[in-house]
Amino acid sequence: MVHVLLITFLITLFYMAIANRMLTYVKVLAVQGILLFCVVFIQLTEINLLNLVLILLETIIFKSLAVPLFLAYILKRNKITREAEPHLPNFVSLIITTLIVVVTILLSNAIKDTHLDKIFFVVALSTIFTGLYLIATRRKIITHVMGYIVIENGVFVLSLAVGNEMPMLVNLGIMLDIFASVLILGIFLNKIGDVFKDVDVDQLRNLKDY
Amino acid sequence: MTIIYLIVAFSIAIGLFVNKNTKVNYSLLGLFLAVHWGFTLYACLNAGKTDNDYFTFDSLGILLHLTLSVIAVPAAIHSWLYIKRHDETPQSRGIYFAALVSLITAIGAGYMANHIAVIWIFTEITTLSASALIYHHRNKLALEGTWKYVFICALSITFVFIGILFLSLSLQHAGSEDLSFRNLLANSAALNPFWLQLAFLFIFTGFTAKLGLVPMFTAGIDAKDKAPAPAGALLASVLMNLGFVGIFRFYTVVANTDLHHWANLVIGIAAFLSLFVATVYMIKVKNIKRMFAYSGIEHMGLVMLAVAAGGVGYYAAILHIVLHAFVKSGLFFQYNQLYRVYQNKSIYHVGNYFKYNTTGAMVLLLGFISATAMPPSGLFVSEFLIFRALFEARQIWLLIAVLLLLTMIIWAFGKNIFKILFIPLSDFDESNVPVINPWESVSQFVLLAAAVYLGLNPPAGFVALIQESINLLPK
Repeated sequence: MVHVLLITFLITLFYMAIANRMLTYVKVLAVQGILLFCVVFIQLTEINLLNLVLILLETIIFKSLAVPLFLAYILKRNKITREAEPHLPNFVSLIITTLIVVVTILLSNAIKDTHLDKIFFVVALSTIFTGLYLIATRRKIITHVMGYIVIENGVFVLSLAVGNEMPMLVNLGIMLDIFASVLILGIFLNKIGDVFKDVDVDQLRNLKDY
Repeated sequence: MTIIYLIVAFSIAIGLFVNKNTKVNYSLLGLFLAVHWGFTLYACLNAGKTDNDYFTFDSLGILLHLTLSVIAVPAAIHSWLYIKRHDETPQSRGIYFAALVSLITAIGAGYMANHIAVIWIFTEITTLSASALIYHHRNKLALEGTWKYVFICALSITFVFIGILFLSLSLQHAGSEDLSFRNLLANSAALNPFWLQLAFLFIFTGFTAKLGLVPMFTAGIDAKDKAPAPAGALLASVLMNLGFVGIFRFYTVVANTDLHHWANLVIGIAAFLSLFVATVYMIKVKNIKRMFAYSGIEHMGLVMLAVAAGGVGYYAAILHIVLHAFVKSGLFFQYNQLYRVYQNKSIYHVGNYFKYNTTGAMVLLLGFISATAMPPSGLFVSEFLIFRALFEARQIWLLIAVLLLLTMIIWAFGKNIFKILFIPLSDFDESNVPVINPWESVSQFVLLAAAVYLGLNPPAGFVALIQESINLLPK
């Protein structure tokens, strides 16, 4: 069951690579949060109850409700256009995402490790690299933030792989999630929307050496 | 004790943030410095002991913590001068000092942490407080700098976290779950090399954002440019040392495994690329603050090159990082006086500084001599040792390339500094030049002199601290 969920998670990445509208990205992020909630529920069996409840609450409330709602609010408030405006055509994005997944699968085949469920490794690493790819090829600042949240989801999957042995690391991952998301989203996106009218990375080119 | 110190320091930060009264504000700042120095002395007296499970007062921690405490005093004084001159509202003053206090506290605690996750947590806190300092002026450029800094640092701490996850996988092969450095060292023979390699790559890349090394150095440059100069001094010296501590402590673990040679290769490539990038930017940079920042990239490249070379390089690296912190913070503390004279940070609009502020010009000249490691600068000694380490590691071609790059850096740095100091400006209105109190340069002279003294005639205790901090590394 966990594997089915994780593979669905992987499919959301492909969907994200070809998505055209900003709201689609937000919705995919919410779906990813729900998938992670289910994975946590099934996977972390040897963890104490209080900790499990904390992690479950984080995935359902923070990842799949608070962050998407806040992103949707920012989109509306700053009147960000609906198009994602990628630098590359969607077709190329799809091929590159596929390549990322294929390479991580090949990489994971080279690993001989009984401690690790390989599917976690594949999904986590592909998610992290897809997130980096999204950051590199989208023009809007807010898509960079979404790429970052995708990376965080990938890290979360990876921390679940060792979650039963070291629950402390899952908690640290949650701390990273909340800390970085609140810092990036909460403090700055509001300000950036106010100061830079069209929220586009091309406007962030004024810091120069001369 | 460390926990008590952290609670007191962060409550002072909260107090500074909440409070609106000027007198209370400054007394809280003074109180923090006293508490901070008290903690440093406590750490020195309890050298080698472990405190609250997660903090060990080891030699490297004590050495860098002393450096931090020395630099924290002029940082507070210059911040006070800076805030006083800029007619800040009580609110922005409160945020500034609260961020300053929590930055210093987090850096200090990060030095002492003996657990890789604890260093990681404090690195996160430094990102938060540094971003408040960078955004101090609340204009468009400051926002851009802050945004870039926060985003890159968030990415980098995520990378470190991924590295920690891989490290835990590697450690599971050794049948252990404790991620403290002592336990990692004890189990270093049983660590799984594949996961350890991945862990090292991610942790190293992550910490380069703080250390200022290729690939993540860019954010730090913007941050040091946009932060007020007294805060920039902290970002350019002690915060970089925190990145060094993170990498160095983990490197000590890796160096005791079969991956030692491979890790040296990774560090060496990143270090050499940093030197190269620093040279390229130093030649074309026209913004004085950014020039100082790029010079920091150069020095960190040298430090990591020394670590990669090994042998006497380990000693040189620690010596260099301490001396560099003194010199670079001195230069940044001086910067505001320069800005007050010209109201501009571009080389094109600055010149003949000796005429307007002789004392300040002396600081710049001596700072230049120190930062480019010309004798009698203390950095000369450490750089000489670094070259010796490269020579002994039989990296002659690398050494020649490094020397060539350094020559170009000295030329570029010198060209700009001498333009600032001696070349008169044609269209400069002298009527508005303020008279600058020479006493404001005293702390810079002290810092530069300390770098000379510690380099040329290091006290026995100082040498012993450096020797102890590297004795876990293979000879």
